[in-house]
Amino acid sequence: MSVVRFTGVAKRFDGEAHGYAVQGLDLNVEHGELVAVVGRTGCGKSTMFNLLIGLIGPTAGRIEVLGRDPFGDFHALAGKLSFVFQNDRLLPWRSALDNVAYGLELRHVPRQRRLAVGRDWLSRLGLEAHQDKYPPALSGGMRQRISIARAFAIDPELLLCDEPFSALDELTGAELRNELRRLVRDTHKTGVFVTHSISEAIAIGDRILVFRAPGHVAAEFHTQDALRELGEDLLKRKILEVMADHAGAAEAAAITQETR
Amino acid sequence: MLLRKEPIISACVLIALWQLVSLWFPPVLFPSITSIARQLVDILGDGGLIVSALATFARILVGTSGAFVVGGLLGLWMGRSSRCERYTLPVLAFNQGIPALSWVVISIIWFKSTEFRIWFIILMTSLPAFAFQVHDSYKAMSKDLVEMSLSFRPSKWDLFRTLIWPSILPGILTAWKVNLGNVSRVVVVAELVGATVGVGYELLQRQQLFDMAGAIAWTLLLVVFVIVTQAIVAALERHLLRYRPTAERQA
Repeated sequence: MSVVRFTGVAKRFDGEAHGYAVQGLDLNVEHGELVAVVGRTGCGKSTMFNLLIGLIGPTAGRIEVLGRDPFGDFHALAGKLSFVFQNDRLLPWRSALDNVAYGLELRHVPRQRRLAVGRDWLSRLGLEAHQDKYPPALSGGMRQRISIARAFAIDPELLLCDEPFSALDELTGAELRNELRRLVRDTHKTGVFVTHSISEAIAIGDRILVFRAPGHVAAEFHTQDALRELGEDLLKRKILEVMADHAGAAEAAAITQETR
Repeated sequence: MLLRKEPIISACVLIALWQLVSLWFPPVLFPSITSIARQLVDILGDGGLIVSALATFARILVGTSGAFVVGGLLGLWMGRSSRCERYTLPVLAFNQGIPALSWVVISIIWFKSTEFRIWFIILMTSLPAFAFQVHDSYKAMSKDLVEMSLSFRPSKWDLFRTLIWPSILPGILTAWKVNLGNVSRVVVVAELVGATVGVGYELLQRQQLFDMAGAIAWTLLLVVFVIVTQAIVAALERHLLRYRPTAERQA
């Protein structure tokens, strides 16, 4: 069953000098999959992410998330999607615990219940000692952990991550990546993970979609199959070729075929 | 510690200087500290005079609260609607140029009721500051936080309660602090004309009797009221904005 389906999606912003941010985008995410979307900066990944959230609507084409239009049917998806953004986006006036419980509060879960869930998630991520601290008093890694806890606390059906570790140092980013992957597996979530790092895409995705401007899937890899057939170095090089536009459209499609 | 030594020292120096000057000038110009203190005690011990002081304090608080509600809603509306913003901002800018005294004259001509006149003057003079502050704070809200909140698909009320209100609160508190001082000055001017009770009215009586000690005592009462209310707002601000980090070294 498709959890996410983009069919011929295009997005053009008013006054966009360079035409479309996303064009001819087709993609499917199946239930239980963790799909990594990798591409260069400015290739339309974040626009795709905002289309997925429903913050913007498509100029053309059709988007379905859990069978609903995320833009037109905005409130129907309440409590079913969760997000981890590039920066932590914690509310500075709320304690760590209240930030984790934020999504539950918006779903009107009783206070005692949501605080219990919040404490549980903070403890899973090793932050129980910091539950009363405000975000400005926490490190970048701690804040991003809290934003991960906030995303999981509402028990979403689909988890969306937009380059969540790009602002962190390599070591902290790798730790959090492993934690996120473990949590997705443990909780049987479906996930879309947007990144500009090829290594991160390989480390986290069951499937890798390589994006190229203007916002379309230029190549696709099933990570385990591709690793078995090509090895990590060659896989990285192939992804890089597609990202860097060295491979033409036909060649990119051939790469996809070759690794299926 | 709530009271620091610096303001106390400043006040003591001011009092000592005044007392010194009062030795060389007649009481009608510089009354002694003891005669001012006696007047203050008289005011606080006289039920009628206390009512006069309380009437002014009530006008300040009710008028500023009214201006806060109307100005705040206007500021929010301007923040949400660019059309409202385009039409309303020039009107508010125009209003900023009108002196408080002009509103006093206009309100006397327009309205019969003294209380309504005073409330109207307070509203017209303090509304823009609330509207501008709320509008600016709304516009300055973090787009990242708005997107994050919207991603949970909240109701409009929940979005206001959990994101918009905390975001505009610092601006509102600043507007309250600024307006409390301004309104206390405006309300006295408004009370000078037509009011039969209030600090402005009492000041007018003292002026007609050339009673400088009484005039200063009434002025001091108003100053103390403003300082106390501003201290309450500042304490509220410290509590509500306690999440803000403080740097060891100031910029």
